[in-house]
Amino acid sequence: MKHKTFFWFIMPSLAAMLLFIAMPLVSVAIQSLFVEHDQVLVEVENCTPFKCESSVAVDQEATAALREERPLGQFNALGTYTNRSHLAFAEVREAWNASGSLYDFGAQLMNLPFYKALAFTITYTAVVTPFVIVLGLAIALGVNALPQLVKGPTIFCSLLPMIVTPLIGSLILFWMVDADGILGAALQRIFDDDQLSLKASHSLTWIMLIVYGIWHSAPFSFIVFYAGLQTVPQETLEAAQIDGATRWQRVRYVVVPYMTPLVVFITLMQLMDNFRVFEPIVGFSASAKATSLSWIIFNDLRGGDIQLFGSAAATSLLTILGVIVLLMPVLIRTWQEFGRKVV
Amino acid sequence: MNKMKTLAAGAAITIGVATAAHADCGIAGGNVSVLANDFPALHAVVGKAEECASSTVTFSKNHTTEHRDIQVAAMTANPSEYTTAIVANSSVVPLLNGGLIRPLDDLVTKHGQDLKKNQLITIDGKIMAIAFMANAQHLVVRKDILDEVGLDIPETYEDVLAAAEAIEAAGVMEHPFAMLTMSDWNLGEEFVNMYLGHGGEFFKPGTAEPAVNNEKGIATLNMLKALVEYSNPDFLTYNTGVVAPIWESGNLAMAQMWGSSMGQLLDNEGSSAEVVSGTLPVGAMTVAGGTTPASSLWWDGFTIAANISDEDAEATFLAMLNGISNEMVMEGDNNDRAVWLMDAYKPGIAAAGIAATAAAGAEPYPMLPYMGLLHGAFFAELPDFLQGNESAEQTLADIEAAYITSAKEKGFLQ
Repeated sequence: MKHKTFFWFIMPSLAAMLLFIAMPLVSVAIQSLFVEHDQVLVEVENCTPFKCESSVAVDQEATAALREERPLGQFNALGTYTNRSHLAFAEVREAWNASGSLYDFGAQLMNLPFYKALAFTITYTAVVTPFVIVLGLAIALGVNALPQLVKGPTIFCSLLPMIVTPLIGSLILFWMVDADGILGAALQRIFDDDQLSLKASHSLTWIMLIVYGIWHSAPFSFIVFYAGLQTVPQETLEAAQIDGATRWQRVRYVVVPYMTPLVVFITLMQLMDNFRVFEPIVGFSASAKATSLSWIIFNDLRGGDIQLFGSAAATSLLTILGVIVLLMPVLIRTWQEFGRKVV
Repeated sequence: MNKMKTLAAGAAITIGVATAAHADCGIAGGNVSVLANDFPALHAVVGKAEECASSTVTFSKNHTTEHRDIQVAAMTANPSEYTTAIVANSSVVPLLNGGLIRPLDDLVTKHGQDLKKNQLITIDGKIMAIAFMANAQHLVVRKDILDEVGLDIPETYEDVLAAAEAIEAAGVMEHPFAMLTMSDWNLGEEFVNMYLGHGGEFFKPGTAEPAVNNEKGIATLNMLKALVEYSNPDFLTYNTGVVAPIWESGNLAMAQMWGSSMGQLLDNEGSSAEVVSGTLPVGAMTVAGGTTPASSLWWDGFTIAANISDEDAEATFLAMLNGISNEMVMEGDNNDRAVWLMDAYKPGIAAAGIAATAAAGAEPYPMLPYMGLLHGAFFAELPDFLQGNESAEQTLADIEAAYITSAKEKGFLQ
């Protein structure tokens, strides 16, 4: 394709990306560097149906003048990134100096909101991603071996977890694992423990969220692998069979190498998706036990009466940075392979 | 068949006439657009206001539980997306902070002769909102269960602990107590209530500096922890939507809930006659020998947007006055949907808890510009303590540190 044709071909999507992704990102990055003006507070007398009392209010005119002068607020450089809600440099340093052991330091680190969320986010990503890939491949191989007649319905059923909206899927599971729900009650019966509650225990909540994540994402890798399986060359498989390769050996030495590009693709997508884990935490009301970076952003914007835009913007950029770091090894590998092919 | 048609047409005409008769609110013309939370009492108010719609008055409404999150953006627009937002103590603060609502003194002088003095919410001498209902959290008990274990109705949280222990010991219930402890805004509200009961101050007087890291804060935390020991281990997922059905299923003996939920507990739907007849709303508890109830008083009221024309503001004011009129209170079962501040209101059993709480001298929820930030810090840091992961002192220090961080970002602290 000529360069000019190519340019006109991708122009619309390029423009949309610039307008709806790149520009908001720049705006978020700029906002994260600012905090609000010092509020001008005045003493006022407030009366409610219950009583009158002296209180404090924001001086509208003085604040409006400040806003007029500098609409973005006060420049704070990277101050928001290093405060307690984010990277917490001062608190981390203090914890490092004060703690006697690494374990103690870790415990103090987990008391800071950002690191607590990062711990769950990374654990979730690290466990869910490999499970999704292995499970997806296993389902794809299984379905591929089925007789033609039942293939269609099986594929449809296997895709259901992905078709269900994440929030709804997690809510349904949440009610099922309730102490009075079918799964929760069954577990209590099996372990003969009335106090057993998936929602109350820290570690069980993590396991529940991770199992949900695998259940939800496995269909995605399944359908990609299943499509890939249709293109595995039959001759090579037959040749391997004639050479006396077992089914396992054929999968290990023919199918899997052939699927490597797909594995890279799914790893990329899953790392990105899982690092932004959010819906299950809301659906399972799990924020007391597990928070993620995305959940922190949500809480800054929707948790209370007052919205913290700068804080949310800083966490957003740190999340993007995290995704880039995670993807780096995979991207470097892809780039090297690309280079080899060109040479 | 013809008869049916005539009948239907007749009915249609009657309805038409009825609507026309209701529609006269004295509005010349304008736009009325309402943003409100989504619960029955507000539906009654907004529904009544909607009757003012006519050929010259356009009316639209948006009932949503997300109202707090959209109000600031929607009313910052010029002209504002909504001409009125129905707010409460806490949700009015962002509108005040942003200067998004207008003083109502002129409109009250012109049209508000029937309003009572205590309905006027004044900030710095200017009327900024018109209140029409009150709400508060208070205890609701199962009288029959307390009788069964031979205990009186509790008056303090210490009594509640003793009663819960007795009910558990007698094997009547495993988890007799619940409060709204979901690890979001709800949990923060429980801390606010309990801390007020201990007579605590949230801030150093006249400043935005937090002042919760003290003996009263520790006592508050310890009492909350002692209470949730008698609650289901899932307590961090408990909001009204969860607790009310558990109450109705008869699995709770005592609960701290919103007065506005009492109607649901006391009606005959979703519950057995035994549970309903035993359910008794009582006032909020006191704690630690104090006299102030461990609860905060709330009002709901309407505001008028700043960024709209004076004509629309007047139309909206008149429509909302119609919405909170005595006729609205007397219509259908509206009387029992809330504790109304209007004269026509006849307090029923569902209102007993709120009335008792207010009479006992509970404090209003603080209407401070930075209270929302502290509230957010409460529910962010409390779960660690309630789950036994850290000490009360550490939790209070964390609360203050979290609050200071966000207050700096908002410019309340330097």
